[in-house]
Amino acid sequence: MMNEIIQIVGKETVRVVIGLIGVLILVVVNALMLTWLERKISGHIQRRIGPKEVGPFGLIQPIADGLKLLGKEILTPSNVDKPLYFLAPVLIFIPVLVSFIVIPFDVCLQVKDINVGILVILAFSSLSVLSILLAGWGSNNKYSLIGALRSVAQNIAYEIPLLLSILPVIFMTNSLSLKDIVEVQREGWFIWKWQFFAFLIYFIAGVAETNRTPFDLPEAESELVAGFHTEYSGMRFALFFLAEYTNIMIISAVATVFFLGGYLGPFLPGFVWFFIKTYLLVAVIMWFRWTFPRVRFDQLLNFSWKILIPAAFINLIVTGGLLKL
Amino acid sequence: MTVIVEIIKGAISLISGMCVTTKAFFAPVVTVQYPRQTVNISPRFRGHTKLVADEERPDRTKCIVCGMCERNCPSGSIKKVEGEKLEGEKKKTATVYILNYTTCSQCGLCVETCPADALAFSADYNVTSYKKEDFYYDLIKEFDKRKKA
Repeated sequence: MMNEIIQIVGKETVRVVIGLIGVLILVVVNALMLTWLERKISGHIQRRIGPKEVGPFGLIQPIADGLKLLGKEILTPSNVDKPLYFLAPVLIFIPVLVSFIVIPFDVCLQVKDINVGILVILAFSSLSVLSILLAGWGSNNKYSLIGALRSVAQNIAYEIPLLLSILPVIFMTNSLSLKDIVEVQREGWFIWKWQFFAFLIYFIAGVAETNRTPFDLPEAESELVAGFHTEYSGMRFALFFLAEYTNIMIISAVATVFFLGGYLGPFLPGFVWFFIKTYLLVAVIMWFRWTFPRVRFDQLLNFSWKILIPAAFINLIVTGGLLKL
Repeated sequence: MTVIVEIIKGAISLISGMCVTTKAFFAPVVTVQYPRQTVNISPRFRGHTKLVADEERPDRTKCIVCGMCERNCPSGSIKKVEGEKLEGEKKKTATVYILNYTTCSQCGLCVETCPADALAFSADYNVTSYKKEDFYYDLIKEFDKRKKA
């Protein structure tokens, strides 16, 4: 049976289809578990327990929450721009899925090794801004619109340092394929080999890209009533939520690949190391959220344009110069 | 130069903030998981009032049915205080004492004015109901229930 399918559609197609199914499962399970992790971390930082009633340690709580969201009536407020309003939650989910295709979880555990892998991730993750803008515009709500506009300004400002902090690593590896970048790090992770500042810049810009605290102005609960997804409820809201948590995962995964040696590590199998590193970074992002207050909008933009981008440029020039020597 | 100093200062403050939350993360939990655990109720907690047993005759209350509490209640929450004189006794013995807890504000005037010190605050806080009538307490009946228990 399997052989016949492979003969008809080709080995590569079967691999991609199976990989996509795996990625879908990973995305959903990961987002559910991250909501649980977030609530546990926030609980303990505030000296509470967090979810504990549903299942052991409250592990089934996110599934219960998901079922609740699934069971809710899908409301459409009057006077929304219907096509945009419907399209936004679907659109926000596509870039998230595509990014996972090129991420190497282990030596052989990668859906497809594209030689422009990091470009795919960067190109598609900047698409999520578009769906946020669609959501804010289509909702016909002033809070949503303000949130969406803030999000666009923020994402444009922070995409540049994100790119500039990745470039030095690409200089050093001469490759855009994520697998090659990991393999080069067998001699030493890039975070220890000259690129610590690049890692810092990448991580800060990544936190801002995912709209997390202290850069969560697009969805500031206290001033914008959840920002661009104010008017969304039920499963549509769940899609935004899922995308947000998956974005955190992607940012951490790319940081792992570029600076922390990806799947490399002693004793344990590669994918275990990959997930340990990634989830440690995710936990740090959550730790940020429950520690830092939100920045003001001018502080947010000043920090990117006046500090992060010049610092990233200096880092890039120094790296380029040293490599040339 | 000032920018660099500012960045360093800011970074130090961010790290010290993260130290604070780390400490809180590993510190013991302070919340109580309510239905499974309960906290001890402080001695001055004000629940609804209850009648106190007489030391000489523990099967009866100290209440002498003077009606002071009924007259003093600012909300008119004490509806009915009745009693009878039993054969061969000087004091009256209370038979009915109805408290409307829905209007009671736990001001404690009844407890303060009671000449026989027959009233005290109970520690009963688990009171919920769908019906108003459930909060018309007959304190004598409640006293009898407590006596049996």
